[in-house]
Amino acid sequence: MPKIVLLATDVALLVLLAGLAAYVWHVRRTPGLRATWRSVLRDAPAMSALVLLSVCLLIALLDSLHFRPLLPQAAGAANDAAAAYSTRSYSVLDQLLKRQLEGTEKTYSAPLAYRQFTKDSIEIDGRAARDYPRLVHGGAHLTDPERQWLADLVLRSAAGLAGGLLAGLSMALAVVALRARMLREDFSAAWRAVWRRETEVQWRAILFTAILLLGAFGWIAALWSVYHVLGTDRTGNDVLFQAIKSLRTAVVIGSLATLATLPFAIVFGILAGYFKGWVDDLIQYLYTVLSSIPSVLLIAACVLIIQVTIDKYPNLYETGLERADLRLLLLCVVLGVTGWATLCRLLRAETLKLTELDYVQAARAFGVSDLGIMQRHVLPNVMHVVLIVAVLDFSSLVLYEAVLSYVGVGVDPTTPSYGSMFNLARTEMSRDPTVWWNLVAAFGFMLTLVLSANLFAGAVREAFDPRARAFRPRRDQRQPGGARRHGSRETAIAPAGGAP
Amino acid sequence: MLAIENLDTVLDTDHGVVRAVEAMTLTIAQGETFALVGESGCGKSVTALSILRLLPDNGRVDAGAIRLDDVDLVQLPEARMRDVRGRRIGIIFQEPATSLNPVMKVGDQIYEVIVRHTPLRGAAARAKVIEWLVRVGIPEPQRRCDDFPFQMSGGQKQRIMIAIALAAEPDLVIADEPTTALDVTIQKQILELLRDLQAERRMALLLITHDLGIVAQMAHRVALMYAGQIVEVAPTPEFFARPLHPYARLLFGALPEAAKRGRPLAAIAGTVPPLDRVFTGCRLEERCPRAMAACRSTLPELRGVHADHQVRCLLFQAPFAAGAAAGGSPLSAADPEPKPMARGAPRAAEPASESPLLLVRDYRVHFPIRKGLLKRTVGYVKAVDGVSFAIPAGRTLALVGESGCGKTTIGKAMLQLLRTSARIDGTATLEGRRLDELRGAGLRLARRRMQIIFQDPFASLDPRMRVAEILEEGVASLRPEIAAASRQRHVAELLDKVGLRREALARYPHEFSGGQRQRLAIARALAVEPRLLVCDEPTSALDVSVQAQILNLLAELQRELGIAYLFITHNFAVVEYLADEIAVMRAGRIVEAGAAAKILSAPAEGYTRELLAAVPRLKRAA
Repeated sequence: MPKIVLLATDVALLVLLAGLAAYVWHVRRTPGLRATWRSVLRDAPAMSALVLLSVCLLIALLDSLHFRPLLPQAAGAANDAAAAYSTRSYSVLDQLLKRQLEGTEKTYSAPLAYRQFTKDSIEIDGRAARDYPRLVHGGAHLTDPERQWLADLVLRSAAGLAGGLLAGLSMALAVVALRARMLREDFSAAWRAVWRRETEVQWRAILFTAILLLGAFGWIAALWSVYHVLGTDRTGNDVLFQAIKSLRTAVVIGSLATLATLPFAIVFGILAGYFKGWVDDLIQYLYTVLSSIPSVLLIAACVLIIQVTIDKYPNLYETGLERADLRLLLLCVVLGVTGWATLCRLLRAETLKLTELDYVQAARAFGVSDLGIMQRHVLPNVMHVVLIVAVLDFSSLVLYEAVLSYVGVGVDPTTPSYGSMFNLARTEMSRDPTVWWNLVAAFGFMLTLVLSANLFAGAVREAFDPRARAFRPRRDQRQPGGARRHGSRETAIAPAGGAP
Repeated sequence: MLAIENLDTVLDTDHGVVRAVEAMTLTIAQGETFALVGESGCGKSVTALSILRLLPDNGRVDAGAIRLDDVDLVQLPEARMRDVRGRRIGIIFQEPATSLNPVMKVGDQIYEVIVRHTPLRGAAARAKVIEWLVRVGIPEPQRRCDDFPFQMSGGQKQRIMIAIALAAEPDLVIADEPTTALDVTIQKQILELLRDLQAERRMALLLITHDLGIVAQMAHRVALMYAGQIVEVAPTPEFFARPLHPYARLLFGALPEAAKRGRPLAAIAGTVPPLDRVFTGCRLEERCPRAMAACRSTLPELRGVHADHQVRCLLFQAPFAAGAAAGGSPLSAADPEPKPMARGAPRAAEPASESPLLLVRDYRVHFPIRKGLLKRTVGYVKAVDGVSFAIPAGRTLALVGESGCGKTTIGKAMLQLLRTSARIDGTATLEGRRLDELRGAGLRLARRRMQIIFQDPFASLDPRMRVAEILEEGVASLRPEIAAASRQRHVAELLDKVGLRREALARYPHEFSGGQRQRLAIARALAVEPRLLVCDEPTSALDVSVQAQILNLLAELQRELGIAYLFITHNFAVVEYLADEIAVMRAGRIVEAGAAAKILSAPAEGYTRELLAAVPRLKRAA
């Protein structure tokens, strides 16, 4: 029985997911919110982004369930000896991708290669020579790589791609069939509705993204078992595996740091806007000063303090991972503490506006206490601002983490992150021939995550911000409705000949 | 000159396709003022925007033609449409504050139009700008043409707007509620200016308004709209003398007037049907007192009754008119006169010994102007400057005056809402207790005796709270001794009292119409059983028919519960109908005060006379 390890960020992420589930439940029960969110669901790009984000979240979740495997009993140990656990913690994701985790090479290798990227002294026919050695894992199954490699690649790609697409297609059909059953339509009508984008939720975009994604999964899965799909880095670790592991760091930073800004921003923003006067002045001075300090400098200082403190008490952590994780969590807190000024400013302005509204005045006329007014009348009415900013902040914080890690004040060096990958890529880019895959992998993954988050945030903003609400034509209802009305109107008008 | 034929305009909204204007047919001749009148949401403004092809992105003309001298505007390419806008058709919007560019000199804004649409350039165009400023009555035009909009008053801004609309000398001017945002005295000047300019230039004027008084003064012909359709078209004198459509008659019945004092207004029951559905019968059928069985299943047509007078009603269509006539001629059948209402408080003078409910002596509310780093007070804005009045229990004092005269400030100051933001001198005594000296529990007690109803029913209810929570909040705060269960019972009874169903308790404010929301606001104020209700323009955001419902409700509540009202308004029709006493305010002071009848019939002060003369009135044959 392995020992379950609960890291601080694991707990935070799980609580966050639970909170998210509670919010979804709350939305389903509140008609106003449901209508607003429904307009997000009608946005095709946002729905594609949501699929990608959900996959990222799922990967992050799998990577957040940690345990320490039980070690086999040492020979000669007593039967009742205390069970010994590995000093390394693994996540469920590590377990699923065990081959990729353990299938390390000696050093760099290009994507899908079967030979190492650099020359090494090897023994050929009993003589020592310098050449590109075969990889230990990548393409190890090939007996005559020069001739088999391409055919093997094409065959595996085709099979994987076909399998993935087929799985995606059958899933899409299953979803449409389920929808048809729930709405009591026949299948072809349901299919037509989805295809013509006449559904409330943009199923076409969702299914399209899912099919493409499953196709890519199938392709990668078929190749990844025998090749390093995105090559290996300097220490021979699989780059694709590193990139996938980095997703968790990005998601943790993006969500927890955003969350950490909220208490300061909400409390200070509402207090300043509600009480005005000296409270407002004080809070304004506070955030004006805060936003005048270069944030990288401020964060670097905080992180260095944290690092020194962590290193001072090495006995507090059972594993290295726990130590690295604490640093990640504290980085989130630091980002939150230093980054609340923007939201605070927005909330202050919104509260200033709200307190002049009649319903707040009415509550005052009823003698409701200040705290009661802020709680019942102000906070619920600024929540849309909080939501919009939180969703927008997610992507900027993911990017910020990369900047900080690149500078060297971000996450622990042992924590996989896009910033660390970029940092390594700096030296790799100056090699000749260039080692490009590390950079491209980090760039591609990060772009996907941030772009999805941005697209989703855009739709959320549009739905919740009354000023940004753009019109979305509803193509579906136009033609039939128009034709029907025409007929009836013409019959109604025809006899009215006496019009001047 | 302008002929609209069977125009259908639809708006694509979140709730579905709304047919905002349907089967609109009208013609406007040169030199004619044509008024399009109706309640909000009936399609007046959409018609104007359709003519100019300035519909919002979600709107489009579905069918029909708009001919301007035989050119169909609907078919015109956008590039040529731009020549029509401004050059052939000018438009004046409702809100002068937002329809002028705030960072551009007003002269330049007129100049821009002249250069765009006329051959005049440079000094000649500049001279034309000055000429227009003179024409619309801006004093010192040479200097004022370099002013920015913020340096001008609301009335002057609207004059500039008129100059811009007329600068290219269009054949047709559309005025969309041109005076709704203005005070009565300014309104009178602007309407006179429009009338003069129209007579002088022989242009056609399409006047869009909700105010029947303005129609009576200005228009040659009137079209009454209801739920997206024209229901009656007639020459103005004919329309006011002999309205035919039941809706027109209902509207006249709902207008508050001095003659209807003491009687309930004939409010129109029900609400306007939503326009996103397909109608099979008359749109008024559910609310119409003269509805027949056929009304439900037959679409009425707009038909000429006699020369120039058209009505969309089955009562005037061949097979049905006869049947209706059997029960009495549709033209002579008068609406049943509402019975006089017995007033709880006798109209005669109260016994002099009784002390008034609210007594205000020499009241001053000064807002400090703070400047500099330390926010020192450098001066005061004297919003209310020495005001005295008294309200006896169960009576209504109307505080009238133009915008900015301080009437709303008085209301808020009475409720002690301005304690932190203003310096208040003078005394206000409610039932013998000095309001400004009260703190804590005493203040809470006083707040139970006195509540407020706001102008905008859309801003006065928290959108995130259910009706039950809204109504209970005041009770929970001011009367914590009432247990939760009996509080809920109390709240449910309140809904009955203001005429809403109890299902409303679980719903959110946005699910209600403006009138219903105002009822909710009244219910909320009544929840703590006040003796005095400050009504801050409670009906000015509402349509005439809904206004009648609310005024009836207020009168009924006063009769039943003996509540006194401090009624703050600029609407003289409402004042004439409702007030026992009137105080006329100007620039923070009361100019004249006294019994309503006396002030309305024989005003002593010049300002009062001026105000009364500016009110547009219906001269309708009874």
